[in-house]
Amino acid sequence: MSDLAVESTDERVKKISLISRLMKRPELGAIAGLALVTLFFLFTADPRMFTLAGIMNFMTPAAQLGILAIGAALLMIGGEFDLSVGSMVAFTGLIFGAAMVTFDLPLFAAIIVTFMAATAMGALNGQIVIRTGLPSFIVTLAFLFILRGLSLVGLKAATGGSTQLRGIRQEFEGSWLAEFFSGEAFTPLFYWLAESGWIDTFKSGKPKVDGVPVDIIWFLLLALAATWVLLRSRYGSWIFAAGGDSNAASNSGVPVRTVKMYLFMFTACCAALVAILTVMDAGSTDARRGFQKEFEAIIAAVIGGCLLTGGYGSAIGAFFGSIIFGMVLIGLSYTNIDQDWYLVFLGSMLLIAVLFNNMIRKRVTGER
Amino acid sequence: MSSPIVEMKNIEKHFGSVIALAGVSFSVMPGEVHCLLGDNGAGKSTFIKTMSGVHKPSKGEIFVDGQKQVFESPRDAMNAGIATVHQDLAMIPLMSITRNFWLGREPVKKFGPVSYFDHKYANEVTMKEMSRMGINLREPDQAVGTLSGGERQTVAIARAVYFGAKVLILDEPTSALGVRQTANVLSTMDKVRKKGVGVVFISHNVRHAMAVGDRFTVLNRGKTLGTAKKGDITTEELQDLMAGGQELASLEASLGGTV
Repeated sequence: MSDLAVESTDERVKKISLISRLMKRPELGAIAGLALVTLFFLFTADPRMFTLAGIMNFMTPAAQLGILAIGAALLMIGGEFDLSVGSMVAFTGLIFGAAMVTFDLPLFAAIIVTFMAATAMGALNGQIVIRTGLPSFIVTLAFLFILRGLSLVGLKAATGGSTQLRGIRQEFEGSWLAEFFSGEAFTPLFYWLAESGWIDTFKSGKPKVDGVPVDIIWFLLLALAATWVLLRSRYGSWIFAAGGDSNAASNSGVPVRTVKMYLFMFTACCAALVAILTVMDAGSTDARRGFQKEFEAIIAAVIGGCLLTGGYGSAIGAFFGSIIFGMVLIGLSYTNIDQDWYLVFLGSMLLIAVLFNNMIRKRVTGER
Repeated sequence: MSSPIVEMKNIEKHFGSVIALAGVSFSVMPGEVHCLLGDNGAGKSTFIKTMSGVHKPSKGEIFVDGQKQVFESPRDAMNAGIATVHQDLAMIPLMSITRNFWLGREPVKKFGPVSYFDHKYANEVTMKEMSRMGINLREPDQAVGTLSGGERQTVAIARAVYFGAKVLILDEPTSALGVRQTANVLSTMDKVRKKGVGVVFISHNVRHAMAVGDRFTVLNRGKTLGTAKKGDITTEELQDLMAGGQELASLEASLGGTV
């Protein structure tokens, strides 16, 4: 075949501009939202918010939410929901805490046990949804309560009546693995930066920020990995296809059930990762851990451009969506605005994002 | 003429007490368009699903290139070179043309242990295959949802042919299309036929069938009413066969021959 035929163009199609090309990206809304929120706080908040310490301050909760949101986003693109991720954080937190405190396992084994428990619960969710054909909304809503309840019962059993399990920190102190799941990374770099006068220091010469919290590193890595999978691997196509039209996808030979199973397991593992990170940070775990996080994660994914009906969205969008959250949650305390506006903001953001996404989708598909 | 690519002999299919197919025989030669006609409920869909591996026949045999085959799943039929373009098209509107084209068979390149979707190659092939079918794409990463119904059919057909279909089953490809779009799809079928692919064209529109068909088989109530070659049968005769004869003849008279 000659390539000549390929180059001939149809005179009826006009070149499309870079702007309308950008308009078609799912994460555009989240980036625009982030810019707006940043502008808002630049004008209203104490300038300390945008110092290095301030940024770390709001990026840490953003990262903890974001890890959940990336899992939620992939699952939503695959056409399913998981309302149990918040409870899953509590449940896997309990497993993790109990493994170390009650069963005296080393950190390494406790982490493996926690991820195994999460994978099993994710697989259970997935199997029920796939085999019964029930909406994942209902199935995982059931698990929202079941897992929260199990966490309460389990905590009481492990502690003899309390809903908080303490004394986790002593269990992992000194473990080489703890570095990856708690504290800060790149500490020597920050000391060096401080010595060279690049970043702010206390009077003692110690840098005000002595590293990047590991949560943020995990968040970044996960966002990059998820984006790569969605855009550059064949599994990305399968995820979009499973959510876009599962029937058409299986007709084309996509193993839709397997894809959805893995997504449920991945989402549960994201919850387990958040549980491990936050439990190790706090040194204890309690029954309210991850409370209502499922909704925040879904909202962050929607702000990031995920359609509730599946088949469309992006992980990098969920990444920016989560940063918006962290910024507002922490940012309000740098302003004179009442903290409780946070909830109003949360709802409004969701509404605007859904409207915006609807518009974008119509542009992409050429619907009128 | 050479031997048939697919031959189906005395296919019966029962669903409980319902006899959907009562002994249907059918064959597809390379490079022909074989039209399968019939009114609603005649058993066209059941027959096609048997051919594409969705249903297992209750009785009867399927031969591909002279070899007896038993299809356990649509995968088996696909591997044997029988591709179906469904009414629902198996296209995902929110995904790009390239991703749809390659769905389930993505070309991967290896970089160390990581294998990734080779977008550049996939885009090139998609553009080339689509232009061979007479459609020039602006960009292969535009969403399938932006295409017209006829163009979507063409993507589905181009995909099936590219992936080595020897027999292409088109299930009512023109039923939801306008005049211009229909003409496009029919001419695509002609292009496919010229590549030596056998096309099974299911329709209940006799005109569309007459326009491209080489042979015509009419199904009625789960039975074949016979197979005719092009030129041996007129549009009116086909129409009558499909509707079961007399009633339509009288109806047609009152409608002035417009059906």
